[in-house]
Amino acid sequence: MGMSGSKSRGNGASDDKKKKSPAVVTASAVLPLKFKIPSDHKHQHEVQSAILDEVARRGFNSQSTFAIKLALEEAMINAVKHGNKLNPNKTVWIEAKISPTVAEIVIEDEGPGFDRKSVPDPTAEENLEKCSGRGILLMESYMNSVKWTNGGRRVKMVKKNEIDVHSH
Amino acid sequence: MPESTPTVALTTEKDVRIVEFTNSKILDEGNIADIGSTLGSLIDEKAAPKLLLDFATVEHLSSAALGMLINVNNRIKQKNGQLRLANIKPQIFEVFVITKLNKLFRILPNRAEALASFNQL
Repeated sequence: MGMSGSKSRGNGASDDKKKKSPAVVTASAVLPLKFKIPSDHKHQHEVQSAILDEVARRGFNSQSTFAIKLALEEAMINAVKHGNKLNPNKTVWIEAKISPTVAEIVIEDEGPGFDRKSVPDPTAEENLEKCSGRGILLMESYMNSVKWTNGGRRVKMVKKNEIDVHSH
Repeated sequence: MPESTPTVALTTEKDVRIVEFTNSKILDEGNIADIGSTLGSLIDEKAAPKLLLDFATVEHLSSAALGMLINVNNRIKQKNGQLRLANIKPQIFEVFVITKLNKLFRILPNRAEALASFNQL
């Protein structure tokens, strides 16, 4: 597409053709956004903004956008603060693939990791007045799937761009 | 951050301190700490503090914000005070339902009903 006029720019050599047959880009192919950041809130927020810009650009509805924004904040805080303890020498890796229909976000830190099963239920009566422990619950409630691997250092979250039925 | 815009606006109605959030996102850690310390000083003001938090402008919050609100609730209870939450948008209210914090907090539909719900001691 739009390549026919390229002859006039090039040197006209026939072997030029080899160089300019790029990989075929289909409508479904999504280039992932990749980030590698030190563990501080400034970089954390920059990554969140960039991913949310892409979510908006891809046309996610307001419910799905709200869900991603909330889960992304919680997952990033988990990595930067609870995992890497805001240590600037420790890295957080983020990869986000946002298509018009689905958002896949992977976040990995260098912290000690954690065991999902050992996290107490924050909705239990005896835990309701405790100030922490709700981030994971919110991630799992708002995303379609949340999976931890690598000893809890890596989380993959998936959210489809659709109206949730559980609200209202 | 002395010259940044304040995170809450304060008014008083009889003996009730009304706190309105001026930022649509109660997400940012610094922001949350700021709000927490403002609310803390309001709690310290009186023997049995009455606080009404108006969520009309709030479009987003996080678990850290919920933690701050629980801390505020605990401190008010310790002083035999009363806390009410009002004007919470449906999307935000759902966060309270998922975390079951709608059982912990007294949440009223609007400011008038919240004001009327305070017990006269």
